[in-house]
Parts: sequence; structure tokens; C-alpha cells
Amino acid sequence: MSANIVYAILVTSLATFLSRFLGALTSEGIKETSKLFKWFNCLAYATLAALIARTIIFPAGVLVDASYYSRSIVVFLSLFVFFISKKNFVYPTIFSAICMAIINNYI
Amino acid sequence: MIKKNFFFKGYRSIFTHDSPAIALTCCFIAIGALFKNLGFNIQESIFSTVLTYALPGSLVMAESMLIGASLLNIFLAVWIVNARLYPMAVSLFPLMMHKSQPKWKYYFSCHFIAISAWLIMKSNYKNIPKKHRIDYWIGIGSATVSVSVIGTFLGFSFSEHLNKDMMLGLAILNPVYFLCMMIGASKTTPVTLSVLFGTILGPIIYLLSPEWSILIAGIIGGTLAYLVGEHSVS
Repeated sequence: MSANIVYAILVTSLATFLSRFLGALTSEGIKETSKLFKWFNCLAYATLAALIARTIIFPAGVLVDASYYSRSIVVFLSLFVFFISKKNFVYPTIFSAICMAIINNYI
Repeated sequence: MIKKNFFFKGYRSIFTHDSPAIALTCCFIAIGALFKNLGFNIQESIFSTVLTYALPGSLVMAESMLIGASLLNIFLAVWIVNARLYPMAVSLFPLMMHKSQPKWKYYFSCHFIAISAWLIMKSNYKNIPKKHRIDYWIGIGSATVSVSVIGTFLGFSFSEHLNKDMMLGLAILNPVYFLCMMIGASKTTPVTLSVLFGTILGPIIYLLSPEWSILIAGIIGGTLAYLVGEHSVS
């Protein structure tokens, strides 16, 4: 293994584990019925929603190659599939990949 | 030690009809292909997936390496992107804490905190006795990490056969899956509002501060949702 890559992986995993470990450590004194717990629950959901919205609207990596309109169309159509399939998670997920490949190729 | 039946019950959650297995595998196929293009070998790619086990963090590491960033820069960039794991841990571990369980289980299993495992646990914890939730959680985490490793291996092995359209298809799968899961989880007013405010504020704040947008949007959106939720209850 190349030393640079190994150091980068170790640094990345340390930075990731830090937040997880501090979360586990500080949650020891928090009761699940407390207001603090409820607040953190809202923070967690809002943070995840912000991350997902940002990934779709301002993506990093390969998704940059798809236009904003094609990403939006795929997401809206997939949500439509999600609701008509009685909130099944698998159909819209598979649909999104196929839809993105088609839209990016032909539209 | 770990209660086997609860561990395997958690492990089997990856095989259910609404499981994140497909989305996770596809995302890690894309990550595996990306690692190969960056010059990683197969051991390094799997090592990275097992040790980091967080997609945004892995992407940031890959991008930082491409521009030749220092180790300190990589650490800070990944830490900021993955700081969302802190509120996720604090909003999950109190549900699993039991005085009869040893602390090492909690410190070890905090590594499994990621969107997929977190959402599965949040949907199912009420069906598991509190004493054994940690074993169930370790089962879920082991299953999602296993799937991620398989995805990384497949992506690394078949990267030459993945064209641009296939990579795009794999990349959109993850946000769509998690968006559906978040909408599915929105069953109470505070959670629904948190998801709504986070979705609106995330991209808006990104225009002002790309690095801190997720955290700031999470804190503002989550606090607003909490206050509205508390107000509606009272």
C-alpha cells in the first residue's frame, strides 16, 4: 500500500470516528424522553435532509455531469413513483438510475 | 457478549423489502470505481470503506487527494462534512443505552452510524426490548458494512465496464433512496418539519457558506422544527 493513501484513509477515518465517538460519549447522560434528546432528533433529521438536498442541487463527484434540470426531473419522477407505489423504497430507487441514464442520453 | 438472535435479527434487516441494500451497493460500486481511478489498490479501497464507512467523507477525501490537499486539510474537510454524525449519534444512543450492557459495545458500534443504518434503527427500535437494542444495532451495522464492502469490491473490479451513464445512474440512486426514506420517516410534526426545513435551508445556506451549509441548515432547521413541535404540543 502507498503510504500517502494509507495516511489519507487513516486521517479520514479518524475525522469520521471523532463525531461518532463524541456522540456516543455525550449521549450517556441524555434520557430519551428529555427535551435535549428531542432537539437533537430534530437536528439530526434536518441535517440529513440538508445533506440530501445539497447532494441533489449542488452535487459533488459524477453527478456534476448531469444538468440541474435532468437531476430535478429524475428526483420528481422518482418521488411520484414512490407515492404511487405506496411508499415502497426499492421501485423509485431503481427507477431513478434508469431514468437518469435515459434522460442524460436522449434529452 | 452479543446476543446472537438479536444480532442476526438486525443483520437480516438488510434483506427486507424496504432494505437499503440496493442503494448502498450501487453507491459503493461508484466509490470503488472512483478509488480505482484515484490509484488505490483493492486492499486500500476496502480498507477505506471499512474504516470510514461514510459516503460524503469518502468523496471529500477523494476530491482532496485529487487536488493534492495536505493531511490536515483532509482531516478538517472530512470532519466538517461528517459532523452531522454527532447529532445522529446523540439522537440514537439514548434509545439503546441499558445499564446491563458493557460500554465497549456502544463505543465500538458508534462506528456504524450512517444514514442507512440510522434510519433502519429509528424505524424498528420500538419492536426490540431495550436491553437488546445494542445487539440488534450491531447486527444492522455489520450488515450495512458488509454490503458496502461488496459494493466497493464490485466497483473496483468492474470499473472499466462502467461508462458515464451507468456512473450517473449509480450516483443518483443514493440521494433518491434516502429522500424517500426521510419522507417515509416523517410521521410526527417535528420530524416532518425538520426534513422540510433542512431540505429548504441546505441549498440556500450552501450559497453563503458551502463548507458549513449542512451543519448550519441542520441547526437552524432542526431548532425551528423543535420549537414549532413543542409549541403545537403545549
